[in-house]
Order: sequence, then structure tokens, then C-alpha cells
Amino acid sequence: MTGVSSTVRRIEPVSLAAVWIREWIVFVYYWRTRTFAAVVEPVIMLVAFGFGFGKLVSHVEGIPYIQFVGTGAVATAVLFSAAFSAMFDSLYKRRYQRVYDAMLAAPVDVEEIVTGEVLFLGMRAGVYGVAPLLVAFCFGLPPAPAMVLVPLVGVLTGIGFASLGMLFSAAATTFDDLSYVISGVITPLFLVAGTFFPLNRLPGWLRTAAQFNPLYHCVELVRHCAFGLRPGADVLHVGALIVFAVLAWRLAVWRTRTRLIV
Amino acid sequence: MRGVVKAFGAVRALDGLDLVVPSGICYGLLGPNGAGKSTAMRILTGQAVADAGSVEVLGHQLPAESKLARARMGVSPQDSNLDVDLRVRDVLSVFARLYRVPAGDRAGAVERALVLAGLSARAQDRAVTLSGGMQRRLLIARALIHDPDLVLLDEPTVGLDPQVRHELWSLILSLREHGATVLMSTHYIEEAERLADRVAIVASGRVVAEGTPDELIRAHAGREVLDVHGSVAELRSLADRARADGLATRQSGPALTYLHADEADGRLPAGRRRRATLEDVFVNLTGDYVE
Ligand SMILES: Nc1ncnc2c1ncn2[C@@H]1O[C@H](COP(=O)(O)OP(=O)(O)O)[C@@H](O)[C@H]1O
Ligand SMILES: [Mg+2]
Repeated sequence: MTGVSSTVRRIEPVSLAAVWIREWIVFVYYWRTRTFAAVVEPVIMLVAFGFGFGKLVSHVEGIPYIQFVGTGAVATAVLFSAAFSAMFDSLYKRRYQRVYDAMLAAPVDVEEIVTGEVLFLGMRAGVYGVAPLLVAFCFGLPPAPAMVLVPLVGVLTGIGFASLGMLFSAAATTFDDLSYVISGVITPLFLVAGTFFPLNRLPGWLRTAAQFNPLYHCVELVRHCAFGLRPGADVLHVGALIVFAVLAWRLAVWRTRTRLIV
Repeated sequence: MRGVVKAFGAVRALDGLDLVVPSGICYGLLGPNGAGKSTAMRILTGQAVADAGSVEVLGHQLPAESKLARARMGVSPQDSNLDVDLRVRDVLSVFARLYRVPAGDRAGAVERALVLAGLSARAQDRAVTLSGGMQRRLLIARALIHDPDLVLLDEPTVGLDPQVRHELWSLILSLREHGATVLMSTHYIEEAERLADRVAIVASGRVVAEGTPDELIRAHAGREVLDVHGSVAELRSLADRARADGLATRQSGPALTYLHADEADGRLPAGRRRRATLEDVFVNLTGDYVE
């Protein structure tokens, strides 16, 4: 007999560990391709924008353009790795492979599956998010002590976007549904986050809208880690990311449950 | 399960299902496609929630205590949900963790499951490369990794060729010998006849008859039945006459079968007598043709 304590906790570490083990096994199978995609894409983007626009724009806000983009691209790497995996992999696991269906027959609940997966993806995004920073070092970005906080910012942002991805995946029926999400949600978030150009030149309404873009808060935090923390503003940025992550996580749990338990 | 009702929109998949499964036996849920067998199974695992009625599994009330019940249950679903991208060994070790097999026993449990499934030699292969029969065995071995008290097998041999089916039957019989309670659904009468100690015949979301196969045959088909062969028109007029005489008959392909033939002597036409089978009961009660 295997034991489950008689009081049922909602989220049990043993369940999370089991969810992680499955993710880890799959990651070990595919880490080369996954890591290649997650790291190389932002690096190419960084090089292209850095050299392309870098010729036109030498400095932004007193920072060499390539370093401006290099720090901003951390957020892009986090977004892509967390949100895309959560959207496509979890739709595949739910609909076609029916991995969740199998897990739910074991003593694991929907909430534990979703929580385990977003934590795993968040942590992975935190690691992948460091790649653009390393490339930016090669282009002369000076290391700063506060940069050790960048992976933490990446994990927090990653958990939020993984949850958002799970929410969209749970709402979707086909992969086509997800293309709408990419054009309608992910791309605008990615463009208007202050990664490639500062937002202070934008019209006022768009600047206000950008405040509601979680990615913007990630971009700001990473830049502050690199070029000097601003405690007052940064607490608000962290707060915004926490609110986003918790909200997206709860919605993802709710929507996934309505899909899996009938 | 008591008075369990479950509707999907306008479809009442379960319509007051009552089911009591004694422990330590192999219990068969026999019913045609769409009878509600899989729905009943999914309610037992908490993956579907009943609209009405009460459900208790291994002393736990569902859905509130579903997790406690699931920890002691193993499930092999009708549609395989094997994680086919994983290696065979990894499929089992993931489930050893999901089912909370203590760390020290995990490796042993995985090896035992590999032996049980006859897949030790394929342990390093991706599950997707296994044949249909092997995948089914892996699915069942996965359900047994934590030595459960109750095993749910939803149509364990559906879609498999006869030889593989016989292999699985021996596997299922061995489970009961190990002391587990087995609840198996099937629409193959032979499967229920061979494996089940007790059978509930399910039609349209209700149990229409319940008992050991012998009891069911005695009660619903009698000791002997009589098959009469003839043309369609002849059989139709015989059936009409039988109905007027109050005799129970059923259509069985090219023949008309008189049930309870041993109690109706003198009133029957000429034909071939044989022992009544579960098939006679099933067709009589569900009005369904047999595969
Ligand atoms: N998730 C679902 N959504 C809608 N209808 C369903 C669902 N599951 C089962 N049904 C319907 O419920 C009835 C019983 O199905 P099921 O339990 O699968 O029967 P069985 O396993 O005995 O073949 C069928 O009419 C089926 O179409
Ligand atoms: Mg079924």
C-alpha cells in the first residue's frame, strides 16, 4: 500500500515532484532542440536588431543600443520559452497524447498538474532568459552585481506567462486557435514592452496600455538590474508581475479543470 | 454506487446506476456500446462528477475524497492514454511516482511491472514503437505499479486480435489471484463469461440484471434453450405465436431461440436444444446483437 495522508492537502509536494519528473524526463530527451530554439531565437534577434538598428541609433536613454536590446531581449526569451511551451505542449498533452487524462486517474489533481507545469516552465524560462544577457556581455555590456537577480525576474515572469499559456491552451480546441492568440496577444505584448524601443516616445494612451503589459515590467526590472536598481519603481514592477502570475495561474487552473473534469 | 445519474447535455449516460462490487472478486460490467460503462468508470476515478446519487470507493466518499480513493486504485482506460513518447521504463517510473510508491521500492516496482507486461526486453524503447497488444499490457502494468486494492479495466481487450486477447485474459485472472478486486467493463460476452465472478448487465445507464453468470443464466434464460432455424418469414410467424403463448424468445442471426426451453416442454416446435449461455441473457435483456 502506498500512503496518502488522511487529510487531503490541495497541493502536495509529492504530486508536484511527480509532474516535474515527467517534464524532466521529456526535457532530457529533447533538451538540445528545445534549448537551441529558446536560446538561439533571441540571440539572432539581438544580433539583427543590435547591428541593424545599432547603425541608426547609437544610444537609447544613455545606453548603447545593443546593450539596450540585449537587456530587453531577456524578457523576449522568457516569454517565448514559457508561453509557447505552455500553449502548444499542453494542448498536445491534453488533446492528443492525453497525458493529463492518465495522470488524473492517479492521486494527482488538476491544480497540481497545472501548478507543477507552470513552476517547471517558469524555472526553465529563468534559465533561458539569461542567454541574451550572456550575448550582450560579448557586445560590451558591463557585468553588474544586481544581475544575479535576473534569473529570479525571469522565473517570476515565466510563471506568469506559462500560466497565461496554459489558460489559452485550455481554452483552445485546436492548434489553429492558438495562432490567433499569437497574433492577437503574444505579438503585441512582445512588441510594446520596451524591448526594442523606449516607450516614452509612444502616444500617451499606448504608454498607459503598456503599464498593463507584464512583459514591460520584466524589461524594466532587467534593465534596472543591469544599469542600476530603482527601489521605489522596482517594488511596483515586482508587485505587478506577482499579481499577473497569481491571476493567470488561478485562471489556468480553473479553465483546465473545466476541460478535464466533466 | 447508488442511484448515480450523469447526463451529457440531452444524453443520460447513467440513469440511476446501482452497483455494489464485493472485494476480492473479478466483477464484470457487461453492456452494449453507449450503455454508460466508461462513464461509470470515470466517475469512480473522479474524472467525471455525478449529477445525482452517491458514490463510495474503498470506503471513501466521492468526489470529496477522490484522491484518497485514487491512491489505492489502478486504472486502465478504454482509449489508451499511454505517454507514448516516453521509453517503456520511464512510463512506469513516472507512474510509480504519481502513485507514490516509496522511493526504496520504486526500482523494484518498475522491474516487476516490466516482467508482468512481458516487456523487460523493450524497457529502453519508446512506447510508441510497441505493438497494440504490448501497449495494452503496458497500460495494465502501469495501473498495477502500486499494487492497488481495486483495479478498473475499461474494455481491456477491445480492438485486439484473439491471441493477444487470450494473453490478456490470463494476466487479468492472475490479478484476482493476487487478491485485488477487479472491476472490468466489456461488451464481449465471452470475456465476461471467462473472467467475471459476478456480472452486472448494463443498458441505457442502468443495471438490468446482476449476479453470477450461472444465476443470470438460470433466471433469464433457463437451464436450456432451443434454437429453431428457418426462413425469415417462418421465424417471424413462430416469434408471433411464441409471444401469444407467453414464451420468451430472442432473435439470434438466422435462428430463433426459445429461452427457458426446459420449462416449456410440449409447447415448442422442433429444434436444437443446448445449454443456455450468458449470450442468451445478454441479448434477451439488452436487445442487442452480439459481436
Ligand atoms: N464526455 C462526454 N460528452 C458527451 N457525451 C458523452 C461523454 N461521455 C460519454 N458520453 C455519452 O454517454 C453515453 C455513454 O457512453 P459511455 O459511458 O462511453 O458508454 P460505454 O462505455 O458503455 O460504451 C454515450 O451516449 C456517449 O455518447
Ligand atoms: Mg466504454
